[in-house]
Amino acid sequence: MTKILKSREILLALAILALIALISTRFPGFVAPANLANVFNDTSPLIILAIGQMVVILTKCIDLSVAATLALCGMVAAMLNGMGVPLPVILLAAVVLGAGLGAVNGWLVWKVDIPPIVVTLGTMTIYRGIIFLMTDGKWINAHQMSAGFKDLPRAFVLGLPVMSWIAIAVIIAAALLLNRTALGRSFYAVGGNPHAAVYTGINVGRTQFVAFVFSGALAGLTGYLWVARYAVAYVDIAGGFELDVVAACVIGGIAIAGGAGTIAGAVLGALFLGVIKNALPVVGISPFWQLAISGSAIILAVAFNARQGRAKGRIILKSAEHRA
Amino acid sequence: MTVAPAPAPQPVLRLSGISKSFPGVRALSDVQLELFAGQVTALIGENGAGKSTIVKVLTGIYQPDAGVIEVDGKAVQFATADAAAKAGVTAIHQETVLFDELTVAENIFIGHAPRGRFGLIDWAEMEAQSRALLTRIGADLDPRLTLRELGIASKHLVAIARALSIDARVVIMDEPTAALSHKEIHELYELVERLKAEGKAILFISHKFDEVFRIADRYTVFRDGAFIGAGAMSDVTEGQLVQMMVGRSVDQIFPKRAHNIGAPVLTVSGYSHPTEFEDIGFTLHQGEILGFYGLVGAGRSEVMQSLFGITRPSKGACRIGDSVAVIRSTAEAIGQGIVYVPEDRGRQGAVKGLPIFQNVTLPSLGRISRGGFLRMAEEFALARDYTRRLDLRAASLDQDVGLLSGGNQQKVVIAKWLATKPRVIILDEPTKGIDIGSKAAVHEFMAELAGEGLAVIMVSSEIPEILGMSDRVIVMREGRIAAELTGSAMTPERLVRAAAGIAEAA
Repeated sequence: MTKILKSREILLALAILALIALISTRFPGFVAPANLANVFNDTSPLIILAIGQMVVILTKCIDLSVAATLALCGMVAAMLNGMGVPLPVILLAAVVLGAGLGAVNGWLVWKVDIPPIVVTLGTMTIYRGIIFLMTDGKWINAHQMSAGFKDLPRAFVLGLPVMSWIAIAVIIAAALLLNRTALGRSFYAVGGNPHAAVYTGINVGRTQFVAFVFSGALAGLTGYLWVARYAVAYVDIAGGFELDVVAACVIGGIAIAGGAGTIAGAVLGALFLGVIKNALPVVGISPFWQLAISGSAIILAVAFNARQGRAKGRIILKSAEHRA
Repeated sequence: MTVAPAPAPQPVLRLSGISKSFPGVRALSDVQLELFAGQVTALIGENGAGKSTIVKVLTGIYQPDAGVIEVDGKAVQFATADAAAKAGVTAIHQETVLFDELTVAENIFIGHAPRGRFGLIDWAEMEAQSRALLTRIGADLDPRLTLRELGIASKHLVAIARALSIDARVVIMDEPTAALSHKEIHELYELVERLKAEGKAILFISHKFDEVFRIADRYTVFRDGAFIGAGAMSDVTEGQLVQMMVGRSVDQIFPKRAHNIGAPVLTVSGYSHPTEFEDIGFTLHQGEILGFYGLVGAGRSEVMQSLFGITRPSKGACRIGDSVAVIRSTAEAIGQGIVYVPEDRGRQGAVKGLPIFQNVTLPSLGRISRGGFLRMAEEFALARDYTRRLDLRAASLDQDVGLLSGGNQQKVVIAKWLATKPRVIILDEPTKGIDIGSKAAVHEFMAELAGEGLAVIMVSSEIPEILGMSDRVIVMREGRIAAELTGSAMTPERLVRAAAGIAEAA
């Protein structure tokens, strides 16, 4: 990783620490380890989705259907639970269904050549529509879910809820995938220079397809976690959440043009939003400000990235080459 | 051949002593050019002779470092493209610069549309004027059509109508027939005659000798950015023009090397593509450098791209060593030991944003993985070996490849391909746009690769390079092999004749 990227992540981490410090002056209890663990747990779905989204963005695409995929997979999980299907099978089904929905997005991008933003804008509505068709708009409430189904994300293991552990496992697995495998490298290559990637023997369309499948699978997993944790499933769960996910990536320094970004960035971007979301109610600021603050953070992050890109310029002088 | 009228005493446009340099390259050196009213002047020269640069000087895109531009005998400066247009100089480019989504009338008048009341565009007037202009050039086009609906030939007509609408006195046509059909070319000739009759001075840039003799009244020849000669077409023969274009001996120094040509590595036969090339066949041997020469657009890169699996041939067979090879993707080509270093390094070569070492190892990742995971130490060692071998100058292999200079980026791209341990390496215009020093290094390196038994294909448009480096040369013309030259037959004249489709001198 280059120095610039490193410094960007460190800056973001510092910004989060400053934010926490600022909040603790108004509400000292916020910095208590138990509360911080709580904030992390609360942000876990955003972290998992941001990692999936990041991989998609790396390949020069975008997945706007993540929240709808989450809702559909969550609903299917709740319905399977109602039919008495065992929990491991439900989990597997949610992930596989999510991957399948991602595959639909990826296939349309790869084989039909439709721009990703159009594809996922379409499937985002279609996936929500499917939930409505399956349920007639009815909710599945807490009393219709089994205890085991609802308890898993909240069960404590080694001092943290299972949901947090799942997020941590996803972070580690994704870091390994991106940094230590040929596939991970090809995500960067496809986004960084698709023409060169072709000449290097990388199938650009297939790589983008795989990114969508990855994002969909993570959205499916999050679908179960979400429905189980909040103990309710209906058409509109996580409505508009795809924008938070994209925002987390942008704040985390994932280049929207593809080819650049780190797992640490995506996680920190999600945590930044998570801290704001959790802190504002406790310090008594209206939720309206939450939107305004995350909006400003996005613009600041993009402006910052653009400035860095511009400052570099081209290297023409031989003497400048070694200083870079 | 048309009978050339006596030159008018005063040229409409005269360039003299024009020089233009770019870092490391002297593009134009003390050149001159005269254009006369009612006459077609052909500008002739090899690729890299400076033709495009002079067009850019004429249209105000480049400022010359030295020299004088005179219009009607008065010195002027074309500081901007607008200034050149105001002086009546207009260019119709190879890939005509027009707006696909606008109508014919809008394209003709964009920037100087007739205004009606309140300064709004007078659409009726614009359409009427467009119709008049199109009729004047004999074009049967509805001004209300959007440009997207038109073919290339019609787009040229629109560009010409636009030139007339700004009352151009000098019309530059840069390879206007390159993409036209036989019939369209004839219509273009008629149009050129019409423009001549209207007293326009025309600069006609073309590689095709039949065309030049058909419509030009005068010629000017450039070679390597220098003025070689000018005169009336009626005073010159094809042979003399070829002689002027290619010049005398090759004075560049090329590395000497042992010619240890071994067994056939790559045998291609009957390779065809529906639109790009037909019946391409050749054999490439170990340790051989096979040159591919031709004019720009002769189909050389297209053949290479299909050998590399980027496009699929419709017919033909390809053998690597003793076995038949089917190449359906670039990954398969690399797997078979064929690699391609593309011409457009910026677009097709380096992945900016990735560090140098990751660029080098990108096509070799399968080889350095174990159980699905990359072995970082091995990856770094691979990158270090090959970048060292190419004498790459960089602070660290962790550095973003986008921060390197063009020459060093080229080294990263070549290192990337050598790291795959190929049997055949295809280099497409390997020295285009790099300075003389780096050129010599690339030549040296190619000789070394061939010496080690690698089979090398070099696509190049530079005659000295082709003749200096190749063991054998294949000349392509309009998608077919026009000639295969070896030994003493490898002369500049024969290359140019084959590429331009001129019969051998008796």
